[in-house]
Amino acid sequence: MIGLSNYLILAAILFTISMIGIFLNRKNIIILLMSIELMLLAVNINFIAFSYYLNDIAGQIFVFFILTVAAAESAIGLAIIVLIFRNTRSINVDDLNQLNG
Amino acid sequence: MNQLIQFDISLILPEIFVLSMAMAVLMTGLFIKPSLRWIMFALSQFTLLGSAYLTYQHFNHETQFAFSKMFVRDGLADLLKIMSYLGISIIFFYSRSYMKDRNLYCGEYFALVLFALLGMMIMISSHNMLLVYMGLELLSLCLYSLTALDRDNQKATESAIKYFVLGALASGFLLYGMSMIYGATSSLDFNVVSAVLLNQPTDHAILVLGLVFVVAGLAFKLGAVPFQMWVPDVYEGSPSSIAMLISSVPKLAAFAITVRILGEGLQSMMVDWKQMMLIMAVLSISIGNITAIAQTNIKRMYAYSTISHIGFILFGLMSGTLNGYASSLFYVVSYMFMTLVSFAMLIMMSRKNFECETLDDFKGLNRKNPWYAFLMLITMLSMAGIPPTIGFYAKFMVLQSAFDAGFSSFVVYAVMMALVGMFYYMRIVKLMYFDEPKLKNKLDIPMDMQWILSANALALLVTGFIPQTFMEAATQAVVLSLH
Repeated sequence: MIGLSNYLILAAILFTISMIGIFLNRKNIIILLMSIELMLLAVNINFIAFSYYLNDIAGQIFVFFILTVAAAESAIGLAIIVLIFRNTRSINVDDLNQLNG
Repeated sequence: MNQLIQFDISLILPEIFVLSMAMAVLMTGLFIKPSLRWIMFALSQFTLLGSAYLTYQHFNHETQFAFSKMFVRDGLADLLKIMSYLGISIIFFYSRSYMKDRNLYCGEYFALVLFALLGMMIMISSHNMLLVYMGLELLSLCLYSLTALDRDNQKATESAIKYFVLGALASGFLLYGMSMIYGATSSLDFNVVSAVLLNQPTDHAILVLGLVFVVAGLAFKLGAVPFQMWVPDVYEGSPSSIAMLISSVPKLAAFAITVRILGEGLQSMMVDWKQMMLIMAVLSISIGNITAIAQTNIKRMYAYSTISHIGFILFGLMSGTLNGYASSLFYVVSYMFMTLVSFAMLIMMSRKNFECETLDDFKGLNRKNPWYAFLMLITMLSMAGIPPTIGFYAKFMVLQSAFDAGFSSFVVYAVMMALVGMFYYMRIVKLMYFDEPKLKNKLDIPMDMQWILSANALALLVTGFIPQTFMEAATQAVVLSLH
């Protein structure tokens, strides 16, 4: 029997993987975008699991909104990556060194 | 079912108006000749004026809900909205000549700023976690694209991707926290959440986990330490007029959602979030003020100064009393006007093919432009928090409320850090008044900007003499909205 906690653990694992992806990634900006997407999907699993076990529809509706916004977000992210590629001819994270942050 | 569709459309008229006008501005921008771009400027100002009128028309201190309690109109929301219109309107005036010189004075700019304003209005009026998220994303997506507006500039695009990645990470944190709170209380509505937390024993571990993530997400959006790393890079990389926008008005909206989520929804978990806020406030004030000393780039210096101001705002919030929220509200609004003048000075001194970015550019400003040096002096005094200005009163109120809440030793520490901060503000004053000028000629500033800049800077001084009036307005808004 798959219980609520199993779903929560799955979501937590996915969330952690995406965090690691964002912070340890030194290669490609696209991977950052994938990690962000994975993070939102982990949240979605959380919401759907809670929504099902609480018998409350609001969580599932929230997921629809998250999915829509995530699409808009990656569109903007990809647009910025295109700009970076036009300016520097590369999308390596290491080449982002104009600002010392 | 009947209850679901029951709402009063007049409550969201300002939002509807801003939305339709933003669409209209976007369409006009597509088809208009470059020489007629002043029409978009006029349309945008008309939008702000109209929505201010619509907000003011229903300005009452009664809390009203719409869309099955998702959307709220109360004193706090109306006050913050009117301040946002004012801030955005001033930003449009200040950035006009700067954007024209850099070929960025296009339809997208106006449309994106108006959509960002809509996002802020939704955040300010949200009474449900879903609406908080939607407003936040609308605001953030517009700001990411505005940062990259100068698209052939390598620095601007780099700061845009940094802002984007960290902002998206913050949204992820906030959402993860929201999902945990939803799981523990089975509701997204702030009132229901706080009622459930008060009446029923719920799983504390899940709630605290959710709270940690929500606070982290909010801190990212506010720019508090340890989630501040995007602030200096975004300020430095983006065009000055966009950095002015990012640093000013969105802070009002971020303040509003912080009060609504933590002060209203998670009221009964105050003991837990007070601790986190205390740590963030102390760290922000220390790191902000100390790092700012080492900066030679003035935009980075402003960024660290913003971080320290956020620390002070958190000081008011963490006292957890109505008085604390009111003084934070007062602080965030006066901070907005201070930061507008400080960035306007950069914009004013930049010309075509020249960015005013380093501290040295301010050298000897007094020699040829004594009036602007004086306005900058007022702003720096106000930011440092020296008596006759509004900045002093704001800091004083915030620290007093924290003192009343029993954080006396931390208040002493904050005052010490404010003294450290005095150094880098006074350094600009020293450069302006006592150094050899670098700029040889008089500044050529458009008439409207001259007047508005003078009025804005003098207001920092004048309101410092009569702060009680504004403080009372802030207290009234908070008391009537949060009870």
